[in-house]
Amino acid sequence: MFSYYFGLALHSLRRNVALTSLIVIAIGVGIAASTCALSMFRAYTADPIPQKSSQLFVPHIDSLSPEYRERGDKLPLHLTYQDARALLAQHLAKRQAPMYFTGSTLAPPNPRLHPFQVLVRATGADFFALFDVPFQYGAAWSATDDEARAEVVVLGSQLNERLFGRVNSIGRTVHLGTRDFRVVGVLDAWAPSPRFYEASNAMQGRVEDLFIPFGSAIDQHLPPWDNMACPPFSSGPSQWDAFLASECVWVRLWVQLPTAGDVQRYRRALDGYADEQTRSGRYHWPIRTALLNVGALLADEQPVPTEVRLYGLISLGFLLVCLLNAMALMLARFMTQSAEVGVRRALGARRIDVFLQCLAETAVIGLVGGLLGIGLCALGLAGIRSIVGGATVAFVYADRVDLSIAVLAALVSTLFAGLYPTWRAMQVQPAWQLKIN
Amino acid sequence: MQPILAALAHNKVGALLIALQIALSMAILCNALFIIHQQLSLGNRASGIDEENIFTFQNNWAGNADELNHQPQMLLTRLRADLAVLRSRADVIDAFASRAFPLRGYGFGAILSVKPMKSGPGDPLRSGGIVAANYAADEHALNALGVKLIAGRNFEPNEIQVAAESQDIEPAVIIVSRALAELLFPHQSAVGKTVYLGGGTRPTTVIGVVDRLQAPWHFSPTQPDTVNNSVLLPVQWAVQGYPMLVRARPGQLAQLMKSVPAQLHALDPAREIDSVVPFTDTRTALYYNDRALSITLVTVCAILLTVTAFGIIGLTSFWVSQRQRHIGIRRALGATRRHIVQYFQTENLLITAGGVALGAGAALGLSLWIATSFELQRLTAGYVIIGGALMLLLGQGAALWPALRAASIAPALATRSR
Repeated sequence: MFSYYFGLALHSLRRNVALTSLIVIAIGVGIAASTCALSMFRAYTADPIPQKSSQLFVPHIDSLSPEYRERGDKLPLHLTYQDARALLAQHLAKRQAPMYFTGSTLAPPNPRLHPFQVLVRATGADFFALFDVPFQYGAAWSATDDEARAEVVVLGSQLNERLFGRVNSIGRTVHLGTRDFRVVGVLDAWAPSPRFYEASNAMQGRVEDLFIPFGSAIDQHLPPWDNMACPPFSSGPSQWDAFLASECVWVRLWVQLPTAGDVQRYRRALDGYADEQTRSGRYHWPIRTALLNVGALLADEQPVPTEVRLYGLISLGFLLVCLLNAMALMLARFMTQSAEVGVRRALGARRIDVFLQCLAETAVIGLVGGLLGIGLCALGLAGIRSIVGGATVAFVYADRVDLSIAVLAALVSTLFAGLYPTWRAMQVQPAWQLKIN
Repeated sequence: MQPILAALAHNKVGALLIALQIALSMAILCNALFIIHQQLSLGNRASGIDEENIFTFQNNWAGNADELNHQPQMLLTRLRADLAVLRSRADVIDAFASRAFPLRGYGFGAILSVKPMKSGPGDPLRSGGIVAANYAADEHALNALGVKLIAGRNFEPNEIQVAAESQDIEPAVIIVSRALAELLFPHQSAVGKTVYLGGGTRPTTVIGVVDRLQAPWHFSPTQPDTVNNSVLLPVQWAVQGYPMLVRARPGQLAQLMKSVPAQLHALDPAREIDSVVPFTDTRTALYYNDRALSITLVTVCAILLTVTAFGIIGLTSFWVSQRQRHIGIRRALGATRRHIVQYFQTENLLITAGGVALGAGAALGLSLWIATSFELQRLTAGYVIIGGALMLLLGQGAALWPALRAASIAPALATRSR
């Protein structure tokens, strides 16, 4: 029976091509706009490390005196050097790595080339295992290297190519600042998006050029380049030592806690540490702690940009306009067919038969509109990528989920929009229709 | 009028759907137009500097930054040598090194106040401080930027303080932008007046006012005026890395940008010269996202209006075909083609006007919601009027084709049965 209705639907759609195409286009455009917005939203809220995001956490203590907070009432997203060291020393997590973003000049091995500035992440050996970072050559440095504050380096693949060409450079040295660092590993292509482990305005989503042990960066007095909040501190004989001892927050700590028990244990230890610091008289405000997972950190540190939210809002309005449009046109369509409906009713078709037939027509329109919408959405996203360019939207593509949602949304919304016109068609009185003809 | 209303009552759902569609389109259109106009006017503000002839680059001395920063004297010697070379070139008007420059996207701020404020922590803005962009400048800075001094005088060479990384600076004199001067001292000359820097603790004297000098950043549209608050401090930073700004003689910019890095590398190769960028590119980069948003909104509006127009065409065409007999009868009874066109145009005007009335409310409501959740300004009445007029025009334009088709229906049709 249903295949008969679909046959009828296709037949009747073909009869009024202009009106039908208008409806299909209206639905297609509306669906395309909202699918574009949906894929942008999903790209911005995507889980960058799905296999592990439930195990990765960033501990926070609001150790920053309230008058120096730049983030209002929110907890600072970084720790003081002293707090990070104290938490690390407790070895409460399966894996843990301190980190900060810095930079230095690098003198290439070829003396004819000019020195240039590289972006550096100072971190611990666990960084690479924490985030499943792929290696092209070699491996991460060892925990012993961390202890010894060894001058070893892991290069990003691009920097390795720039310095040495496409070769295995393990064992070669890199002149960073004033010291020689031995290459122990070269990363494979790695570009998590968003770059979740730490947001940085200066980085614009790029991954650092190279990675060195946290301790060796401290020894080299490499200052944090971003994400620092500082109450004033008195400088002793060494400005750097005074900085390390200060209440400045600038160290990001990541820990891997595989089970709920681990999380609870860590939370207790974190609270215990904060309480102990409170008792020592360090804080004059009620102290709060938090253990943020990847999703919570991203929501706080890298919220969906205003433009993208604005696109989302506008595209929803857009879809609504298109549906109103389709509804009006479908009403017109079904009204032109009322004579036919009258004949069918007179020949014994029940209201439900008319309803099902109209429904089939609407479904075909919705389906074709949805397919058109997918095509237009691909076009729209390509357009947005070419206009906006840069790192902000380069990663935005519609995936299978977006597209399935698009077709489903087209179908559902068209059926919804078709409800009233269908109802009107059902009301056709057989006798009256036959009379005026 | 009466028969039109009667006919509309017959098709009230269709008319209502079109009116709703027009209302919603108008709400989106007004807000989009408003946002586009705001973004464009932000991007077109003059920075006050000689944009066509300026380029900037970043100079980073090779080595350990901390070690280098502990040798300010050596860094100063190197910097002065560079500046001497640049300033001696015939194709250079002037050059200077700072820590920021207009439209760079990021830089340093200062808080100024007319009265001293109590020292210590607390929010200095709440007690009357004014935020301004803070540019380190020497006596060449004004000339290198190409900004116009409209009152007072420039810095003297002996007023320039040399500062090492993270050293406290206490300038005795400053130069401010006109916008800042007017904020600090409304309706009077700022020259010679005392203001307080550093959260109200350090008195200093305004010695000059420049006409216009934009901050490195562009604020949200809710604070459009603050970007012209700038203060020039007589400080020469002797640090490991800093941007330099060079103003070329007209027509010399392109070849200067090629030869300057090579020349400075020849002078001292132990450095990186990075981001050699003409100022016009700096401007484009800062407003890139705003421009992209505007382009997207324009595209969206164009498609939206097209969809709405086709909806009107479709429904009006349907009405025309539905009323063929009526039209034929009216024509047979003596109505001219103009009458028929007028009938459908008036009908459309009624529907669209209803939609516009609804749309005006929707536009203002949407704007209120956008303003609170996106930190943008609220829509002004002008945009609602323009948006409404556009929708009326669109409706009339879209109804014209079906109306003309209706007018071409022959009176004889009335006599024929369907």
